[in-house]
Order: sequence, then structure tokens, then C-alpha cells
Amino acid sequence: MPETRQVVEVGYGGNERLMMNMGPQHPSSHGVFRMILTLEGETVVAVDAVIGYLHRCHEKLGETLTYVQYPSIASKTDYVAAMTAELAYVSAVEKVAKFEVPRRAQYLRVIAAELQRIASHCLWLGTWCMDMGGALGGGATVFLYCIREREMVLDRFEELTGARLLYGFHQVGGIRYDVPAGWDKKVRETLDVIEARLDEYEAMLDANAFFRVRTQGVGVISRELAQAVGVSGPLIRGSGIGYDVRRAEPYSSYEDFDFLVPVETAGDCYARYRVRMVEFRQSIRIVRQGLDGLPEGPISSRPGVKSVGQVRVPKGEGYARVEGARGEVGCYLVSDGGPKPYRLKWRGASFSNLAVLPYIVPGHKVADVVAIMGSVDPVFGEVDR
Amino acid sequence: MTAADASALIRERFGIDAVADGGLGVTLPSQRWEEFARFARDELGCRYFNWLSAVDWKDQGFEVLCRVENLDAPLVVTMRTRLPAGETRCPTLTGLYQGADWMERECFDMFGVVFEGHPDLRRILLSDDWEGYPLRKDYAVDTPLAPYR
Repeated sequence: MPETRQVVEVGYGGNERLMMNMGPQHPSSHGVFRMILTLEGETVVAVDAVIGYLHRCHEKLGETLTYVQYPSIASKTDYVAAMTAELAYVSAVEKVAKFEVPRRAQYLRVIAAELQRIASHCLWLGTWCMDMGGALGGGATVFLYCIREREMVLDRFEELTGARLLYGFHQVGGIRYDVPAGWDKKVRETLDVIEARLDEYEAMLDANAFFRVRTQGVGVISRELAQAVGVSGPLIRGSGIGYDVRRAEPYSSYEDFDFLVPVETAGDCYARYRVRMVEFRQSIRIVRQGLDGLPEGPISSRPGVKSVGQVRVPKGEGYARVEGARGEVGCYLVSDGGPKPYRLKWRGASFSNLAVLPYIVPGHKVADVVAIMGSVDPVFGEVDR
Repeated sequence: MTAADASALIRERFGIDAVADGGLGVTLPSQRWEEFARFARDELGCRYFNWLSAVDWKDQGFEVLCRVENLDAPLVVTMRTRLPAGETRCPTLTGLYQGADWMERECFDMFGVVFEGHPDLRRILLSDDWEGYPLRKDYAVDTPLAPYR
């Protein structure tokens, strides 16, 4: 019997087992995700995670679309953090082709990526608290507050790119849009508002005994498990490992920025919450530094093309990664010298993060499954790709 | 463990020269795939399993790649093995890294690479009754869907 399906004897003394289907349309799945739970009473003893409902074979798409066409499609892998998904793809192309990226474009990429992290974490916090429901003072309260703040960031993205969800902001060699007049002032105002509201969220949650009971000691990922499964982002940092791609392998001028990488050691849902709350503030800090030090100059290193096949990448291969809102997002790219990649592999952070579920859910109650899954923050576009 | 130390140790134990590709790149025969992964995990300290995938080199067979990391060093090791044309079997790493479970299932799903010893090798992204392996180069993009059953 496969290890993931092995039944662990815990809790309940009886020998009556119940198979329960959760999903694929369960509201807490934030996408389409099915879990086949084996229960003993209310305790979960085994989980079989069924994914693939949103599979579009992005890796095959990447092989059939050119380097000019694909970046805007790349944003559809992780549609909640589209900026970093695009960035992962164009970084891989630039790495293999050794294209230069102007410094202004690098800074604007950082600003976009960090604003995106704020927007993504807003959605995570809101939906997670809504999943845990009434215990947090009336279901949708935190959700609506978070969405209100997320809207402000999306408005800034709309002013920058014209789009609110899938941006098409990046292109190979730089970015497509320069900042509109007065944009930086608006961004600063947005950040000030969000920074103040973070205190409100924390006051609502940290002081809430129900919230603590539902998250502390729940869904513990050990240091060893985190590494063996390959989780990244807030999950691995919540398990005591200070691994952040922005530090481990700085890209796009991150070495110029001053920020902290939060680490918590408990490995539970609460630790992951703490990590993300600090990340909110660090992202705000990075965006402010980016706006302060924004260099002048061009935003793309290559002239516009008249046909989609005009950007060619010399023969070679490489792996480039960025720190997305959910962890390490990477692209492994093999080029045969043509206008399209020979092979494109997506390393989705959510895929690896979700793979930890079968190891941490058994032993918890059904209600905790929702809390644990929310703390993992999977986006199924990125899991299934 | 610096990259130079690791490189020397690999040469001593496996007689292979690691290629510097941002980290260390090692090409192995598939018979030594699992042995090397164990060595990388236990002796090079690469306990972080990053990803595993394959490339279809048409008549030159599949290449299976696996990236593992030592996050403390930091050290990145990319293992590669080339399966001969027509060969689809490759040893599993699930006994060493839990993360290999889903990654190998995905690789099986997309390329039809059979990871021998994997405890639960079934399709993960596509439905169980899917025909063919989409990321193989001989799989046409416009392959019609099998009729609804």
C-alpha cells in the first residue's frame, strides 16, 4: 500500500472507518481540489489528494508559443500572483539568452513583485479566515477587510498595466509599461493605508482565542519534512529555515534592497500566519525603497518586434527562480536556438507546498483540514499548471 | 561544504567530473541514480528536494533531471541521467525524498517515464483514462480527445 494512503492509527478507539469526499467544489479549496479523506469518527487518518482539475498543460503551451507570446500566458499559471509568474518565465529566458535588463526595469519588476505579494497575502488572509468561519467574529469580516485593501493594490496595477488580474507586464528583456505620472504618490498612499490596517488585522486575530486555538499546534511541518518534500516560501520559513530566493540567489537587483526574512520555528499554521504578516510589512518596505531609488533610463533592452517569432534564444539551458508569494517559482528552460523553447518546466511553489498535505493532515479533525489547507495557501492554477 | 569540496568528493566516489552550471551538474548512468541521490542527501547535505522532471530528446531517449539543494551551504546539485532510446524505466527516489512522490507521478503522467519502486505510480494531473503522454515530442498538440466514456 502506498505510503500516502497508509492508515495511521490515531485517536478514536473504534475500528469503523468512513471514506469522505471533500471537493472538488468545496469552497475552502479556492479552486478545484478534491481530497478523499479516511475518517475514524471525526479524526482524519489518511488523505488522498486529487489534483489536476485546472490542468492546461502549460509546459506544452510553452513549447508551442514563442518567447514574445508566452509571458502574458505565463501569468495564468499563478493567477493570484501573476506578476511573479511572468517574472519567473522571462528570467529563465533572459538567463539562457544572457539578455541584459535595464536597471529601471529591474526596479519596477521588484516593485510590481512586492505589490503583488501584498495583494496575494491579502487574499490569503481573507479567505483563510473566512474558511475558519464564525469563530473569527462573523465569517466574512476579515475577508471583506482584506479584499478592500487588495482592491487598492489592484487599482494601482490597473493604472500601471490596464489590467487587474493577468497583467502582461513583463517581456523578455524588460517590461512593457513605464509608470504613469503621479503613480508613485498613489502607491505610497496605498502602502500607508495598508500598513495601518495590518495592525487592525493583527488586533482582530492575535487577540482572538479561537483563532489561536485553531491555528497553534495545528498542521505542524517539521524542519526535516519541509526539506524532504521541498516546500518553500512562508511554509519553509514557518518551519525554522530562513530560505528565501531573494536572499539565496538575488535576482532583479534584490541585492540593493534592505529587508528582513522572517523565520518562525513552530511549523504550525500560526507560524505561517506570523511569517506572512511580517512579509506584508517587509514588502511595503521594499516597495518604498524601490520608489525612492527608482533609476532613470529605458525599461526594455530590446527593440519592439514586428512578428512574434523574432526573439531567438541561443542553444542552451538554464533554471531561473524567483520568490513568489507562495515560495520558489521557477522555470527550467531548454532552447534549441529557435523562437520557442524546446522544453519548459514549471516549478510551481503551490505544487510542492500542497504535496506536504498527506503528511501533516492525518491525526487532525475534519475542521482542521480547512485551517491547514488555508495556511498552505495553494493556488490551483499553479498546482495544476 | 563548498562547491569545490563537493566536486572533489563526487570525483573520488563516482569518478565523475561535475559541471559548474550555477551549481553542480552531474550526469549519471541510471543504475547509479539512487545511489548518487543517497550520497547527495547524506554526504553533501542536499536534503532539500527542489524538483524532478524530464526532457524528451526524441531518438536519443529521455533525460531525467533532479535538482536537490543544501540550503545551509548553499549548494545546488542537478542530477541528470539519460535513458537509452525506447527505455522508459528509471529508479525512483521516493525512498529518499518525500517530494519525489508527486514529482515522479507528474513525470510519469507527462512523459510515461516509469519510476521503478514508486509506491503509487498513477497519473496525477490528467485523468486516469487519458491516452498518451502529452510532453513527449511525438504527441501532437491537436491530438483529439478520446470520446467521452
